[in-house]
Amino acid sequence: MSKPEEIIPKLKKDTIMSLLSKGRRIDNRALNEFRQLKVEVNVVERADGSALVSLGNTMVIAGVKAVLGSPYPDSPNEGAQIVNAELIPLASPVFEPGPPGEEDVELSRVVDRTLRSAKAIDLKELAIVPGRRVWHIYIDIYALNHDGNLIDASMLAAIAAAYTAKIPEVEVRGNGIKIKDEKVNLPVKDIPVTVTFAKIGNEIVVDPCYEEELVMDSRITFGIDSKGNICSIQKGLRGTFTIKEVIEAASLARELSEELREIIVKLK
Amino acid sequence: MILEDGRRVDGRRPDELRPTTIEVGILKNADGSALIRQGKNKIIVAVYGPRELHPRHLALPDRAIIRCRYHMVPFSVPERKSPAPTRREIELSKVIREALEPAVILSSFPRTTIDVFIEVLQADGGTRTASITAASVALADAGIPMRDLVTAVAVGKVDGTLVLDLNHVEDQYGDGDMPVAMMPSLGQITLLQADGNFTLEEFKRGLELAMQGIRRLYEIQKRALKEKYSSLALELRKGRS
Repeated sequence: MSKPEEIIPKLKKDTIMSLLSKGRRIDNRALNEFRQLKVEVNVVERADGSALVSLGNTMVIAGVKAVLGSPYPDSPNEGAQIVNAELIPLASPVFEPGPPGEEDVELSRVVDRTLRSAKAIDLKELAIVPGRRVWHIYIDIYALNHDGNLIDASMLAAIAAAYTAKIPEVEVRGNGIKIKDEKVNLPVKDIPVTVTFAKIGNEIVVDPCYEEELVMDSRITFGIDSKGNICSIQKGLRGTFTIKEVIEAASLARELSEELREIIVKLK
Repeated sequence: MILEDGRRVDGRRPDELRPTTIEVGILKNADGSALIRQGKNKIIVAVYGPRELHPRHLALPDRAIIRCRYHMVPFSVPERKSPAPTRREIELSKVIREALEPAVILSSFPRTTIDVFIEVLQADGGTRTASITAASVALADAGIPMRDLVTAVAVGKVDGTLVLDLNHVEDQYGDGDMPVAMMPSLGQITLLQADGNFTLEEFKRGLELAMQGIRRLYEIQKRALKEKYSSLALELRKGRS
């Protein structure tokens, strides 16, 4: 939001765009190429599941905690899924302290919707005493280093943490619930991932780095489930897309999602 | 939820919009305003500006900014909603603003703000899209130069059938919801979201279906604007004679 960035990108935009017109990017990637993805799981033993994701220089950590609670009135026989993401000042000079802003809220809601629509976490299996006691699965996401495309990095961290999470086994005894020492896998039935594109001028690139995000006109994210179906879409920013552009992006997202998912599947 | 005769819960065909009316200039204090009724949705939009921006440091030297607040009144939904903005309302305020921004010629008013205030009085599914449709009419009513109106509608999937303009029940119990906003004459998408489950083929057909709805709503928007200004012109002429 600071003023200097409003001026520098105009020059940088010219450089990035002239490279793009030759099919090249500022960090030498192809237009449809992701940065190197690394996923490390169980990085925090106190959490029921955790993952540290690096996408190039972007770093995101996600943790899963299971907490006993009451079901929501509209879904008495299901557990709950709560996703929270925070863009903390530790991760970038452009993030400021304070309550979650629009960007934080959008990020958590996109990850939450993608997991929900893909039916990734089986909430029905998380009911302990239907109508009374259920697991609440909290997924908390923290950006550690912002170098662009926090949506895809956060989604990967969230699904990696959930996929490898183990929650305590419970036993229902009369009116009480006993939490045992044994752990069981968190029931994860699908591995959705997101693929985000930036539109800069008339060119569309996948997995934008921070410099590209500074000059992008618009952004679009597709959530893709294990069957290759679209389970979420989120367009952002002041630019626009044509119908042809979104259809091409959707089908590319479908292809690229397979490589990302493969890396997650191998974690277990 | 699709009946045997192919009709929907409210009797519509899959490609049928809900009855929609737009009234322009209903609030005297605002620079522009509109009331949209779409099915049971009742949404009121006020536009103030371009006007001076406080705090000043938020102003941009080369263009106006748009601020947008989407809010549902507590009695707009079956169970009373807290008046405090929810995370959903925060996200919707952002995506609605981003859906409107491409249409407004912001460079005409540097250092100012254009404020768009949306109050959902009664919600019946598709409030974000109805809000956008009404807000762009309110912006035009405020006399703000625009590239095109922005028109929005949701497409959904109900019992495997693609349907236009989801109502509340279809949204809640359907298999997918895809809100789309476009500048119809320019063929540019300004908002696109989805949840649920769509194959690539359904996504393509969904976009086509949304376009059909958008074209019809676009006519309703233009008619609403023309009606206000032709009746104004009539009054002026009467006043003179």
